[in-house]
Amino acid sequence: MIEIKGLTKKYGSFYALKDLNLKIEEGTVFGFVGANGAGKSTTFSILATLLQPTAGEAWINGVSISQNPHEVRRQIGYMPDFFGVYDQLRAEEYLDFYGASYGLNPKQRMELIPKLLELVNLTNKRYDYVDLLSRGMKQRLCLARALIHNPSVLILDEPASGLDPRARVEMREILLELKAMGKTILISSHILPELAEMCDTLGVIDSGELIAHGSVQSIQEKLQNEKVIRVKIAGPLKVAVTFFENDPQVSRLTQIQDRQIVEFLYKGNDEDQLDLLRNAMATGLPILAFSEQETDLEDVFMEITKGAESL
Amino acid sequence: MRELLANPVLVKEIKLRFRNMKSFTGLFFYLLVMGIFVFGFVYLTGSISGGGFFRPEESFILFTMLSFIQLGLILFITPGLTAGTISTEREKQTLNILLTTAQSSFQIIFGKLLSSIAFLLLLLLSGLPIYSMVFLYGGVSPGQMAVIFLFYFLTLLAIGSLGVMYSTVTRRTVVSMIATFSTMIFLTAVTGFFLILTVSLSSVAMGTGTSPLSYFWASINPAVVLMSLLEPSWNDEISRITGISLPLWVSYSFFYLLLFAGSLWLSVSKLRVNMNKYR
Ligand SMILES: Nc1ncnc2c1ncn2[C@@H]1O[C@H](COP(=O)(O)OP(=O)(O)OP(=O)(O)O)[C@@H](O)[C@H]1O
Ligand SMILES: [Mg+2]
Repeated sequence: MIEIKGLTKKYGSFYALKDLNLKIEEGTVFGFVGANGAGKSTTFSILATLLQPTAGEAWINGVSISQNPHEVRRQIGYMPDFFGVYDQLRAEEYLDFYGASYGLNPKQRMELIPKLLELVNLTNKRYDYVDLLSRGMKQRLCLARALIHNPSVLILDEPASGLDPRARVEMREILLELKAMGKTILISSHILPELAEMCDTLGVIDSGELIAHGSVQSIQEKLQNEKVIRVKIAGPLKVAVTFFENDPQVSRLTQIQDRQIVEFLYKGNDEDQLDLLRNAMATGLPILAFSEQETDLEDVFMEITKGAESL
Repeated sequence: MRELLANPVLVKEIKLRFRNMKSFTGLFFYLLVMGIFVFGFVYLTGSISGGGFFRPEESFILFTMLSFIQLGLILFITPGLTAGTISTEREKQTLNILLTTAQSSFQIIFGKLLSSIAFLLLLLLSGLPIYSMVFLYGGVSPGQMAVIFLFYFLTLLAIGSLGVMYSTVTRRTVVSMIATFSTMIFLTAVTGFFLILTVSLSSVAMGTGTSPLSYFWASINPAVVLMSLLEPSWNDEISRITGISLPLWVSYSFFYLLLFAGSLWLSVSKLRVNMNKYR
């Protein structure tokens, strides 16, 4: 279980992370979503005892990160967003080194290494030099490395970044396997749909602040009371733009000039929407099409982060 | 002790270093050069003095020259071996992962220090047979040789830990290299310069007055201390000039042990961030 209270990181007067409060239950997968620079890696680095927080505290399985960082390191398996590997070391030796770093004896290490390589589908690379492995393979090897001391909590910072679609699917399968083993997993990404399928709960972070938190469904619902409406106009857009912008329930109107389209967010219910269309026709707007756009998680994410930016 | 040597970083680094053929070619050339030097010296002095004799005084000169060559080796190679230990891991982005393992900061620093000076230790030890050639001709005792090796070891540890310390507190290897070499130059050349300066000033101004400052500069200069170990009469001369009769090596040991311990302590405490903001 992970508990985070008032976690804050300041660089000068800039908040990289502002008053983060979270509770992640044991055995669940928590997805951390946010645009570049939102503060995901900052949060993970603090949890991995690599970065000192400006304020706040966090506990991993009840162990305080500031009071007992050494014990925290035994509880977590951490995978950074960027990492390197040692030259001239074979995959087996790579894992062996980290196994020794956690105090495992040679016998335990020799038993574990084949199993871990099997888990991440790298059995055939056991005797290859790690610096010559492909990026995706290094990533999987790094995941195996993070598992060597059998930690109950995994902190994975964009484990799928830089992977091709196939490798992403493989990575997801490995993570689902780990979830089935009962591990608590924190995973970050800036691609929401990627996380939605395997996470129990999601947190959306923007500019250092947690702006949405809950089950995947609840986040989707919360954000989908606004719909995107697209209207195709025959003739100049200007009149249509003024008309729609006058409606208080319309926001963020955009025009696509060359395709004669205006698009906007609409807050009203179905009744209101009907009225809007009737009025538009009555005013004599040459409407060719009036449709509600399908929104997926990607749009939801774009919407949330856009909203927070304009605050 | 077993705890110390069963150090994952140490084991891995040694394995990597000696997997590399470069280490062996380096060792080979070192021994080759040393061998040629010793035999050349013996041959040349023998033919100059005629009759193929090699007298104890000449043996002593050879010993002195070898000792200074090895000291130079230590002073110039140690910074290069140690000043990148932590910072290259930082640059290669392997440090973060290393720091999240269960190894203590001391273990990591100690493993790094020992593995990087191990090669130089091997170099020194493997030169021992050639070095001990001089015993055959007398003029030097094995005891003296042991003392000089202890002196090397201490100097190696102190400069090495200094390099690791700079490597820990600076972000870039280049900066750390420059800092370590500068400190080494300070300890050898600058102190030597100050020694000459203070000695000449004091003798000019006060005839046979005392000069504790010259003692200080002499006692932290490896070359001067090595000379005092080789030729004990230097100690008498120094105490006559400075008015301090404490043998140089005592102060040297104290200063370099302090340097070693201080650098080690600083490296260990600066390696990881302090997670506790209230302390
Ligand atoms: N050492 C530092 N000094 C100043 N600002 C920093 C420092 N490290 C990070 N930041 C800032 O903190 C903010 C959060 O960075 P962070 O790496 O946590 O983002 P992220 O969510 O992981 O982004 P990404 O998706 O790009 O990985 C950024 O605006 C970044 O510029
Ligand atoms: Mg990041």
